[in-house]
Amino acid sequence: MVTVLFLGPLADIAGVAELELPAPMNWAALIGAVNSETADQLREDRVKVACGGRVLSDKRLLNAADGDEVALLPPVSGG
Amino acid sequence: MRDIRLLDQIFIPGSLIGPFAQANPGLGGVCTFVGEVRSGDDVEALELTHYEPLTLPGMHELADQAFGRFSLMGLLMVHRVGVMRPGEPIVCVSAAAAHRRGAIDAVDFVMDHLKSAAWFWKRERRSDGWHWIEPRAQDHTDLARWD
Repeated sequence: MVTVLFLGPLADIAGVAELELPAPMNWAALIGAVNSETADQLREDRVKVACGGRVLSDKRLLNAADGDEVALLPPVSGG
Repeated sequence: MRDIRLLDQIFIPGSLIGPFAQANPGLGGVCTFVGEVRSGDDVEALELTHYEPLTLPGMHELADQAFGRFSLMGLLMVHRVGVMRPGEPIVCVSAAAAHRRGAIDAVDFVMDHLKSAAWFWKRERRSDGWHWIEPRAQDHTDLARWD
């Protein structure tokens, strides 16, 4: 399984903070597993995706293996 | 001397800054910025969440960039996560250097990156509930100054 984490405001939009999805999981599988509003957010450039603790330079090449943690990262605000 | 921390409990910046300065003997100047939860804007609480596998490593990479870019002797970078009340410190950045410019610029650089290029998400609780805080246009303009 792949654990998918929805960070920050994405958790409110998705209605969940975490999902378990079957491995392997690519970009199309991820988009197909979330609601349409979340899918629209994920397609925006400002939302980043990390897999196994590394931010992907091209999220559309996501290819998560069994045991991977995938984090969906909306625009940040700290400080 | 480098001291990079994520804290999930209230902290007292003064208790960190003194020892930090002491740990950089021979420094010519220390510059410190402390960010606090603003009071008075109908904000009852502020919550900062983060993504542990990225946030602290990202702060260390930011410190690497600051050391590479400025003439620094030491850098203290402390950021809160969790729920905070108005008046509580959120962030403390302190830089020690032989000359003032390196220390002042390093703090400015680190703060601009923590505001809009570090893995934190901020929301405020007001009388009508929780509201996510998006980075302001000014935050992006501030960050672009360092490109």
